Amino acid sequence: MSALQVQAEAPLAAGRARGRQARRWYRQPALMAGIVILVVVVGMALAAPLLTSYNPIAQNLNASLLGPGAHHLLGTDQLGRDTFTRLLYGLRLDLRIAFIAVLFPFVLGVVLGSLAGYFGGWVDVIIMRLVDIVVAFPFYVLVIALVFVLGPGERSIYIAITAVSWVAYARIIRGEILVAKRQDYVTAARAGGLSSLRIMGRHLLPNVITQAFIYAMSDIIQDILAIVTLGYLGLGIPPPTADLGSMINDGQNFLSTHWQLTTTPGLVVVFVGLGLSLVGDGLADLLRPGQ
Amino acid sequence: MGRAGFVVQRLLLLVPVAVGVTIIVFFMVHLIPGDPAATILGIHATPQAIALLHQQWGLNRPLPSQYWLFLDRLLHGNLGQSLYYGTSVSSLILSHLPPTLWLLGYAIVLTVLISVPLAVLAASRRDGIRDHMVRAVPLVGLGMPQFWLGFLLIYGFAISLRIFPVSGYGSGFTGHLRSMFLPGLTVALALTPVVIRSLRASMLNVLTAEYIVTARSKGVSPQRLFLRHVLRNAVIPAVTVLAVNIGFLVGATVIIEQIFAVPGIGQLMINSIFQRDFPVVQGVTLVFGVMVVLVNLLADLAYAALDPRVRFDR
Repeated sequence: MSALQVQAEAPLAAGRARGRQARRWYRQPALMAGIVILVVVVGMALAAPLLTSYNPIAQNLNASLLGPGAHHLLGTDQLGRDTFTRLLYGLRLDLRIAFIAVLFPFVLGVVLGSLAGYFGGWVDVIIMRLVDIVVAFPFYVLVIALVFVLGPGERSIYIAITAVSWVAYARIIRGEILVAKRQDYVTAARAGGLSSLRIMGRHLLPNVITQAFIYAMSDIIQDILAIVTLGYLGLGIPPPTADLGSMINDGQNFLSTHWQLTTTPGLVVVFVGLGLSLVGDGLADLLRPGQ
Repeated sequence: MGRAGFVVQRLLLLVPVAVGVTIIVFFMVHLIPGDPAATILGIHATPQAIALLHQQWGLNRPLPSQYWLFLDRLLHGNLGQSLYYGTSVSSLILSHLPPTLWLLGYAIVLTVLISVPLAVLAASRRDGIRDHMVRAVPLVGLGMPQFWLGFLLIYGFAISLRIFPVSGYGSGFTGHLRSMFLPGLTVALALTPVVIRSLRASMLNVLTAEYIVTARSKGVSPQRLFLRHVLRNAVIPAVTVLAVNIGFLVGATVIIEQIFAVPGIGQLMINSIFQRDFPVVQGVTLVFGVMVVLVNLLADLAYAALDPRVRFDR
């Protein structure tokens, strides 16, 4: 596969410039739709205090379980808290945690993956064995077990997700580096006496990091789902802080009478996932060298 | 290298992974902040109880010796005692295993039943309207929380339409078949986006092969072409994708069992977390790890048996 790619590289280089022109990012309806969704969602999360005058955790037992109406756009929950307000603040919290949580495994996986791919030998063997071991555990089982052991809270979520998610980045980057390091520019850089660190950081990484970025888009979705699931199980952010998962959990007792309490937080998650999927697919089409 | 050699090599590769899995599960005790025994016992932490746990888990010994104790017990099938139920962890897990295996098997069957026709529909005319509709499935499906999807199914099929029971495992084969349909469907729907995607891609790939052109020019009917020529060759990569996602599949059962009150090991794990029953959580985590490793091995072997082109010398 690598030989084929290298051969194809030269004639493609000229064609790629033209290809890029035709595939400008704003001409891709799917990518644009994804960006619009993300801008709207992130914008609403950031502007939460401006969009609603209610407090997400203040209880008002005189106004519990109201239906949707003029005062409460989506009604209230069993403690009289405005559902729309809690949705906005829950989204704000979950998005923030997910975007931070994706950074650590990204960095760890890219570093370990590059070391394994570039140096090969026993470094590669050790790192890839470690990957095999982590992969042996189902994602949710290990995340739930780690959060249980470390105790609930934001810090535990970061640690658990990092410990489990870095493997995918390591595998992707290792594979890309294995191909890229045989190319002429690396041989040239090495012949020029550049240090391994410099070759990896300045020459190889910029060429291989794209795939990790594309994967990160779907990884954020997975992190959001993990955070929401932990919240649902009562292992996430402790109450009364608004979190989409714990909102679904609170609402499930009222599923037959107040279905909007469970469905709306889930819909928000699906909407965010749709936006990220569209952006991820669009980026993949845009950045992947000609098929 | 022959077939036997391939099997032996795969088994040998399992050894370091299996050891690593036990090390990670072993270290869970030491990730607990503070004195693990005191933290786990919580309000029941009398000095005697703490001392007993210290003695049972060998917490006073050096780490390598502790691990050795853990491994020695493990090899004798001893996963420790449940703090809540008071019985042995291994018997608890064994009694909760059948519903989980049922759920997994059911989910795999439903996944195949859903994704194969959809993928055929999509691949039969590339970029047609049906293709676009099927391709939208993963976009929506990938971002859907499984437990939330479970609620929707409960609300629709169990509460509104009353076709299926809300929860439970049912009794007898037909009882299981009925009760486990919704949980199985939930897991299957979570998995189908990935399978559809890869099956569609590999069918499109197969469609460009020369033997398809030959079959077409021979006048093979489109139905026959798809069933006998395309699907048969496209299914192998899809099996691989299914195997790669087995970890996801197994992990999904943890949450789905909780929602549908299926008494499997996933529910056992979550309930034990609420009871702060650490030995059970540790034991179930280990069993899940071992399960994935074994399924991957089986998939590898099945793959080699299915596809005569697989070479054993890699």
